[in-house]
Amino acid sequence: MKPLNLIPADANFGFIARRKLFFAVSALLIAISVAMVFTKGLNFGIDFKGGILIEVRTEDGPANIADMRARLGALNLGDVALQEFGEPTDVLIRIQRQDGGEEAQQQAVNAVKSSLGDKVSYRRTEFVGPQVSAELLQDGIMAVSLAIMAILVYIWFRFEWQFGVGAVMALLHDVTATIGIFALLGLEFNLTTVAAVLTIAGYSINDTVVVFDRVRENLRKYKTMPLDELLNQSINETLSRTIITSFTTVLALLALFFLGGKVIHDFSFAMIWGVVIGTYSSICVAVPLLLYFGLDDQARSSIADGADDDAETAPGRQ
Amino acid sequence: MINYPTWKKVLVGIVCLLGILFAAPNFVPQDIHKQLPDWLPAKQVNLGLDLRGGSHLLLEVEVQAVIDEYLETMVDSARAELRGARIKYRALGKQQSSIGVTIPDAAERDQAYDLLRKVDNTASASIDGDRVTITMTDQQILQRKLSAVQQSIEIIRRRIDETGVREPTIQRQGDDRVIVQLPGIDDPERVKRLIGKTAKLAFQMVDVENSVEEAMAGRVPPGSVLLPMLEGGNYILIKKRVAVSGENLVDAQPGFDSRDSQPVVSFRFDTLGARKFGKVTTENVKRPFAIVLDGKVISAPVIQEPILGGSGQISGRFSVQETNDLALLLRAGALPAPLTILEERTVGPGLGADSIAAGEIASIVGLIAVVIFMAIAYGRFGIYANIALTMNIFILLGALSVLQATLTLPGIAGIVLTIGMAVDANVLVFERIREEVRSGRTPISAIDAGYSRAMTTIIDSNLTTLIAAVLLYTFGSGPVRGFSVTLAIGIVTSMFTAIMLTRLFVVTWLRKNRPTELPL
Repeated sequence: MKPLNLIPADANFGFIARRKLFFAVSALLIAISVAMVFTKGLNFGIDFKGGILIEVRTEDGPANIADMRARLGALNLGDVALQEFGEPTDVLIRIQRQDGGEEAQQQAVNAVKSSLGDKVSYRRTEFVGPQVSAELLQDGIMAVSLAIMAILVYIWFRFEWQFGVGAVMALLHDVTATIGIFALLGLEFNLTTVAAVLTIAGYSINDTVVVFDRVRENLRKYKTMPLDELLNQSINETLSRTIITSFTTVLALLALFFLGGKVIHDFSFAMIWGVVIGTYSSICVAVPLLLYFGLDDQARSSIADGADDDAETAPGRQ
Repeated sequence: MINYPTWKKVLVGIVCLLGILFAAPNFVPQDIHKQLPDWLPAKQVNLGLDLRGGSHLLLEVEVQAVIDEYLETMVDSARAELRGARIKYRALGKQQSSIGVTIPDAAERDQAYDLLRKVDNTASASIDGDRVTITMTDQQILQRKLSAVQQSIEIIRRRIDETGVREPTIQRQGDDRVIVQLPGIDDPERVKRLIGKTAKLAFQMVDVENSVEEAMAGRVPPGSVLLPMLEGGNYILIKKRVAVSGENLVDAQPGFDSRDSQPVVSFRFDTLGARKFGKVTTENVKRPFAIVLDGKVISAPVIQEPILGGSGQISGRFSVQETNDLALLLRAGALPAPLTILEERTVGPGLGADSIAAGEIASIVGLIAVVIFMAIAYGRFGIYANIALTMNIFILLGALSVLQATLTLPGIAGIVLTIGMAVDANVLVFERIREEVRSGRTPISAIDAGYSRAMTTIIDSNLTTLIAAVLLYTFGSGPVRGFSVTLAIGIVTSMFTAIMLTRLFVVTWLRKNRPTELPL
């Protein structure tokens, strides 16, 4: 079997030379994301907003959504949204949070069940009270913020501060763009979305770290090479790995997206988007940013003098 | 590096073997599973409620009710003490965690202070102007709250056990919350109804000296209370003093009245309850007494004759189901405080099974796609990586089974994601080896350098993902936690298989063939 080289070994794309273009694209991406979040807003699921979600399946043929809507509308429960879910027999019912505490939510669930009667089976009933939803939102924000901070500290500890800042900016870029696309497409933002965002954070850093590792190695190896040239070479040297790993991850996620079922559809989508954005940002944002953080000769020599186990065994590769 | 020490080979072999062994129970059909010898591992992956179907309830114990109730008894004792000592007082009442009373006469204040301290000598007492206050300490409050939650859990467990739900999980969360997980339940309405009732039963005399009309107009005589009837919405005036309470019940069973065949609940008191009940009924023949459940009067029959045997029956216009439930509640005992349902997540068995099926297909298709791609991209080495990847899934499943970690739907997503990312370590190594070959190294030296150089990168990049997984576990709940668990275990197992196992294959092949050129 003849192995395939997807990316030519002597790849030498001018990533650093085109950095202004990438920065412009990213700035636009972030601007659109922020604008979307503030104008259109996030479509919070019941996890964060409180409310009721019921998935029903009709026993006798396709569901008559109009009839169900009319019946549930008569219950005076405020906003009631019905939506076909995967199959024509499956309907997802979302009911807004009821005024009047936990008790009122429970009564609304009962009202819906008695209104729809025995002709449907209940595939899923979820209700989140106002108290818990507020806590879940707080926990979600906390988890994402702490993750970003922990990663910053880790990178700082393992590399130099310049790398830490570059990595975290790329990370914020990915997180913002992911939240942005959820706002843009009106996808439901819930607990699993937060899980996706956190995983994207971990994944994106993973990609960035691989390139940074190479940058650090090259800084030690080529002490006099101009920084922009060195960064560009580092990206190109790791390009094959970056693309291949992202590709296999996306392959697996595509299987999940198309075959994993409706319940985790949005989750898979978020992950795929996040992996693509994360790969882009590692190459086109995180590394070029290093140019601007004062990796001057002094900083470079301190990196080169640092605990340096690679340099001793490094082959002459000039 | 071409030397792969024997102890390492043994270690890799053992880990892989254990992985397969512990993962195996998940692939064996139920009936064969039961016949396997005991020494074989038998634990299967613990499926979350979103996959096996069931109901998850988060309840809050309204602990303030317990505190209020205790303060109420303090107020009652304080009133009795002050009256007994003939001390003038006004504005006696309870606040959030204290009771207070105004003693207008300064000469009596110190005496009152001493009397009130005796009401609860663990509480702190203070005088401010003409007001005496007894405040419960934080320690006291916390203790009462905790014991109320503990007791609630016990009662909930008894009630749920009576319904026949198998393997319920009931545990405390935080200070005043209880998580109830009921596998296999797709309609938790009955359970919710059962645990939503406090079920405080009391036998109290009806106040026949005063008129209900007077009381309805707002002039409720002291020592009495106006309570609604369970049926019909009428009110009835009841003596506050509890003659016998539900705590003295030892048994309650649903049945039918021997005369009119109506559903009733018959009950039996313990010795103390029987004695009390006998005394009350003897002293109050031809007077009505009320059976009160959670502040509502079920019925108020007239005592025909003294009831000395310690047993009786409760009738009211019940259905059979209602008498079943009531008897169950009375047997299990009353909750110390009302419960509120804060969160409910119920998944029917149909959806759970669909999710498992979809997850399985997605995992298999994802695996096949990655395997094909790796074989194309890296040839022989890719196949080594694929064997390691497959082994990784076995070890991951084995670890999940042994740890009895809960596998949820997002958890399956975590496995699929692991499939995609697990090859990363191999990709890093293989790409590095390609580079080293290009820079002119011999195959053996290139492989050696490839592994050692890629190692720091592999560790750095995996640790960052691990950080995210740990935080996800700390702050996530339920299904999301399941995701973080599979992700974290997947990262660890994939590092092991990608580094140790593929390397073993590569080294073995290298020793055997001594190639001059790498098929990479």
